Amino acid sequence: MPRLNSAAELEKLRKGILSGRDPVKPSIAICAGMDCLDRDNGRIIAAFEAEVDKKNLKAKVDLRVTGCHGYCEKGPMVVIYPEEICYVEVTPTDVPEIVLRTVLGKKVIDRLIYADLDTGEKAAHLPDIPFYKSQRRHLIGNNTKIDPQSIDDYLAVGGYSALSKSLFEMSPEEVLEEIKKAELRGRGGGGFPAGWKWKTARDAPGKEKYVIVNAHEGELGAFMDRAIFTGNPHSVLEGLIIGAYAIGSHQGFIYTRHDAPRLKNNIDMALGKAEEYGLLGENILGSGFDFHVEVHLDIGIFVSGESSALMRSIEGNIPEPRPKYIRTSVSGIWGKPSDLNNVETWANVPLIINKGSEWYTSTGTEGSKGTKLVSLSGNIVNKGVAEVPFGTTIKEIVYGIGGGIPEGKKLKAVHFGGPMGGSIPESLIDTPLDFDELAKLGAPIGAGSMLVLDEDTDMVDVTRYFLKFLSDESCGKCAPCREGIRQMLKILNNICDGKGKEGDIERLEEISEVTGTASLCALGKTAADPLLSMLRYFRDEYETKIDKVISPAEKRE
Amino acid sequence: MIMGKQKKQSELIIKIDGKEVKAAEGMTVLEAAQSADIFIPTLCFHEKLEPYGACRICTVEIDLSGWTKLVAACLYPIEQNLVVKTRSEMVDKIRKMILEFLLAHAPNSAQLQDLAQEYGADKDRFEKESSFCVLCGLCVRYCAEVKKKNAVGFVDCGARREIRFIPEIASKECNSCKECFPLCPTSYLQAAFVLTESLAFSKDSSQTALKK
Repeated sequence: MPRLNSAAELEKLRKGILSGRDPVKPSIAICAGMDCLDRDNGRIIAAFEAEVDKKNLKAKVDLRVTGCHGYCEKGPMVVIYPEEICYVEVTPTDVPEIVLRTVLGKKVIDRLIYADLDTGEKAAHLPDIPFYKSQRRHLIGNNTKIDPQSIDDYLAVGGYSALSKSLFEMSPEEVLEEIKKAELRGRGGGGFPAGWKWKTARDAPGKEKYVIVNAHEGELGAFMDRAIFTGNPHSVLEGLIIGAYAIGSHQGFIYTRHDAPRLKNNIDMALGKAEEYGLLGENILGSGFDFHVEVHLDIGIFVSGESSALMRSIEGNIPEPRPKYIRTSVSGIWGKPSDLNNVETWANVPLIINKGSEWYTSTGTEGSKGTKLVSLSGNIVNKGVAEVPFGTTIKEIVYGIGGGIPEGKKLKAVHFGGPMGGSIPESLIDTPLDFDELAKLGAPIGAGSMLVLDEDTDMVDVTRYFLKFLSDESCGKCAPCREGIRQMLKILNNICDGKGKEGDIERLEEISEVTGTASLCALGKTAADPLLSMLRYFRDEYETKIDKVISPAEKRE
Repeated sequence: MIMGKQKKQSELIIKIDGKEVKAAEGMTVLEAAQSADIFIPTLCFHEKLEPYGACRICTVEIDLSGWTKLVAACLYPIEQNLVVKTRSEMVDKIRKMILEFLLAHAPNSAQLQDLAQEYGADKDRFEKESSFCVLCGLCVRYCAEVKKKNAVGFVDCGARREIRFIPEIASKECNSCKECFPLCPTSYLQAAFVLTESLAFSKDSSQTALKK
């Protein structure tokens, strides 16, 4: 493949790819997301390959091993195009029948389609399944249509047109302005306006600047970044290149996990292909803009994902946070302006450039625009990754998309943001998904993990679990964080072991205040947030446990 | 480190505890205070080392156009008209509790005891910890930054973080140096060294190593 040298060459290539594709040709999309792979769907992939081979269908049927489809609860999932027939909980023995009856015979196999557990109501097509119905899958929707290792698949759905538009039709300032007007807020946890961050890095003195993808995703119960990045790596890369152009950076970094080999592999493949096609490297698309990307792996502790620790790690140092009295967008990696955004933030960029900020801001709420990926876990019927417009109520996510609580139990709370987040009680689930609304309730959205907790959950134990996690996964550098977590954990352990003492709650509050104000980085500053939200809404449970009156969870045992 | 070591010529005027202080741009709050003989307690700070910001004992309150913020004085770069309070209810609360945290490790440290008296910290507030080290990192950083030997370092993370001498380096370097010993606020570093030495080296190998 010769490198593309202009926008016209890119469009010519795209035309060629599309003209070679028959829109009515059957295509089988097999989910190879993390969860489906765990369910041995390698055997399903092999079964499809064997069946296509046996029936001599290679020319007549496309077989696509894709990224995560989102509906992990019902995996392994297979979607048959062009009808978009969706089969759930597929086993290798179903494969010959799927090929014969659906792919060739155009018939729906009733026993493989989705059926509601309670009502028995069935849905054969992906958009009709309740889990998908109220989602708006702007970012993850292409996951079922793309083989993440094929750049042609990405080009076929319009990939790199936003990059081409940026480079040839817009100045860097115009790109930046568009992102600002889209009011894109960082999806990694802070919700800081991405456009302003870009502008800070762009305006910061110095010629050498860096852009970084934070693909560390260490938040407990968060798996949406992996779903996008593994499933559609070019969308993130395209966003990064556009960001680099806007900021004036020629070197990017992708910081990701050492324990996600498939993700790393797909990123490496995407970088290689983009470079080969002339979409990355020197003189991108003949525009004169140069940009290179390096991949770095973490060292495996949670705090590595904290922005300043991450930058230390890229420098080759121990990933310990440093104070951000000077912002990393002014002084980051090797003291150079460094713009760090999370995977999902970058993935939004091509969308904004292609469709415009006006279109983008038509989705969402006053202060939170666009869509948000959330990962659903805990006591919920439908576990998985969902993408919803901001403003969707928590109730709709838990009951509409999530299918409610298993075994007819009652919802107790929804916990956002993992070990540095907070919970809201059942009484507040009419709250819309919104950065500011949830932060006001003491449960900031974080990266988007939603841990659903049913009526049997012991809220003291949940807090203990999170603090234990932080006690292992913080760096241990600063005293208020390290020692504060140690002491709070001791008290919680005692309460859980039935050795709670009067004044424990006040002691916890006192320690959390010091840890929350005096710690060096955001990890320490928010380490007690789950505890504080629990004390805000479930204080009586703590009191009861200390008073040694048996709590509901113990009663059950 | 960007801050602290960067000395520029232009002079800034800041206010510390109501007193006007003239200090050079690029200085930290701690440096500015020290230049004006205003005391801010420190544990992990050492003038020969890069500021580290780990003990947080030097936490002070600054006034940023109307709202107060707690920052580490050893790291925070001064700016024109900055208003600093070296003591306040919250600052004292933080220092008191940090001292109580650390006294659970090193109840006999003279330096901690002096500060405990000032801030009313109770050395028995928290249950005693098995490790006497307060992880200020003075030994680790002195060895790395001044001696450039890296004979002692941090291992593990979170609550399990501790200092360890690296046997291969320590057996060659430490016996003739020991410059980190007097830096230790707990005065237990020597014990750590001897303990590590005795545990890490068999008698024969360590003696040959030390003779070299």
